[in-house]
Amino acid sequence: MQFYLDALQFGLCLGSMAMGIFITMKIFNMPDITTDGSYTLGATVTAVLITSHWPIYAVLPVSISAGAAAGICTGLIHTKLKIDALLSGILVMTGLYSINLLILGRSNVPLINVSTIFTSVTLFTDETYNQVAIGLILISLLALLLTWLLRTDFGIAMRATGNSPTMTRAIGVNTDRMKITGLAIANAFTALSGFLAAQYQGFTDINMGIGIVITGLGSVLIADALRIWFNITGIGKQIILVVVGSIIFQFVLATSLQLHVNPNMLKLITALFVLLIVALPRVGKLTSLRVP
Amino acid sequence: MIDIKHITKVFNKGKVNEVTALREVSLHINKGEFVVMIGSNGSGKSTLLNMVAGSEFCSEGTITINNVNVTQLHDYQRSKWMARVFQNPFNGTAPDLTILDNFRLAALRAQPKKLSIGTNAAFKKTVQDKIAMLGMGLENKTNQAMGSLSGGQRQALTLLMSVMDHTEILLLDEPTAALDPRSAQAVLSLADTLVKEYNLTALFVTHNLKDAHQYGNRLVQMQEGKVLRDITGDVKKNMPLTTMFEWFA
Repeated sequence: MQFYLDALQFGLCLGSMAMGIFITMKIFNMPDITTDGSYTLGATVTAVLITSHWPIYAVLPVSISAGAAAGICTGLIHTKLKIDALLSGILVMTGLYSINLLILGRSNVPLINVSTIFTSVTLFTDETYNQVAIGLILISLLALLLTWLLRTDFGIAMRATGNSPTMTRAIGVNTDRMKITGLAIANAFTALSGFLAAQYQGFTDINMGIGIVITGLGSVLIADALRIWFNITGIGKQIILVVVGSIIFQFVLATSLQLHVNPNMLKLITALFVLLIVALPRVGKLTSLRVP
Repeated sequence: MIDIKHITKVFNKGKVNEVTALREVSLHINKGEFVVMIGSNGSGKSTLLNMVAGSEFCSEGTITINNVNVTQLHDYQRSKWMARVFQNPFNGTAPDLTILDNFRLAALRAQPKKLSIGTNAAFKKTVQDKIAMLGMGLENKTNQAMGSLSGGQRQALTLLMSVMDHTEILLLDEPTAALDPRSAQAVLSLADTLVKEYNLTALFVTHNLKDAHQYGNRLVQMQEGKVLRDITGDVKKNMPLTTMFEWFA
């Protein structure tokens, strides 16, 4: 049971990052690899500030702003220098590795005997339940915020930017500026995941973000599969599904570990699981073509 | 209204594939004029429309709209004056967004897109009333994704979207090229109605000589990047269709 509660908790922590990937991938139709760097950046800033005894309410905005700044860098490279979005993200992600190391000062900083978001608020006496409750509240608030944003006039323009850039420019939207804003928001969400994950795990490691984009991608793909199965159209429901996707993803990994799969194989399982989600609908289509 | 002065457009300048699409084109379009532009492929009519829209910048010359020099303004900066219906119905609307969301964006063409929810009941009613005039039965489907509609329905809605704000200029870039004859006729008829009802200044690019003959009060024929003919008033009105066919014989 504890195993699955941990998976639930970590899934919630990564839910914010999954929402960030949802913004870039589904809203802006843009692959963004900055995620690997901005996730670690969020965790790095959090670790340094928490160990410097900054209060959590002050650490949070700094961490989010750092992620947003990373997103702005990717956006500027992509829109102003006309470099492919994928390459722009890779460049910023690569650069962030050194910056993260510079901020952190070493490769790993433990968060022991410091006040974290999970210890500052007590909703349940049981530590695990308390963590889950705080994670759930935070992610719910975030999902509500994103739902509201995407329903506003600004949010409709954001969604149109990725969906039909020609039309969006024709109705007076500077699509370049909109992409930069979108990348900033997405990476702020990702940094928030780093902020939560560092405190949940009790440490920040310079390599903690490597391949995390695949986890986010997988979460969004699970959400997409669920959306199609249940014919869900509302933007709010889609965002909830993204968080659910993030939790399901962690459950799959937890189940693998419980089945005594070698932990070194976890990244391979992650990649195979994402491949499975992507490939299944295509295999289904092929089968339906063959069977009359 | 629209003043085009000595516009030249050179693509791939200095390269082996250099093409001069427009050569010293000058055209003054008055408010309320419905200008139909015809010409063979490569004559420069679509390039000229793109220059006016701001999706392409001219190499030389100036464009002014209502005495404002817009030559260096991007397409999204010119949208406060003009709406555009594209050749491809998929370019004029956002397919994943609902009909209501598409209309909301169109209504904010010249305004900032704020952090407030504008797709309220009152706005929905306004959109439904506007869509009802099409007689396509789409007024009760405003929450449906735009992408679920046919090309003709989407072009008709794009036209309606163009009059959601105080647009003065309507750019029609071969809007019926991808439609069946019946849908094409309905779309052009609607465009004609809207141009008259809202006193719009329209620029209509087409390859269809029958449409060019039937619609508009001014006819401009382009050839090799220049204006070859500019016919207006009664001359355009009384001109037999056969004359137009002879131009291209």
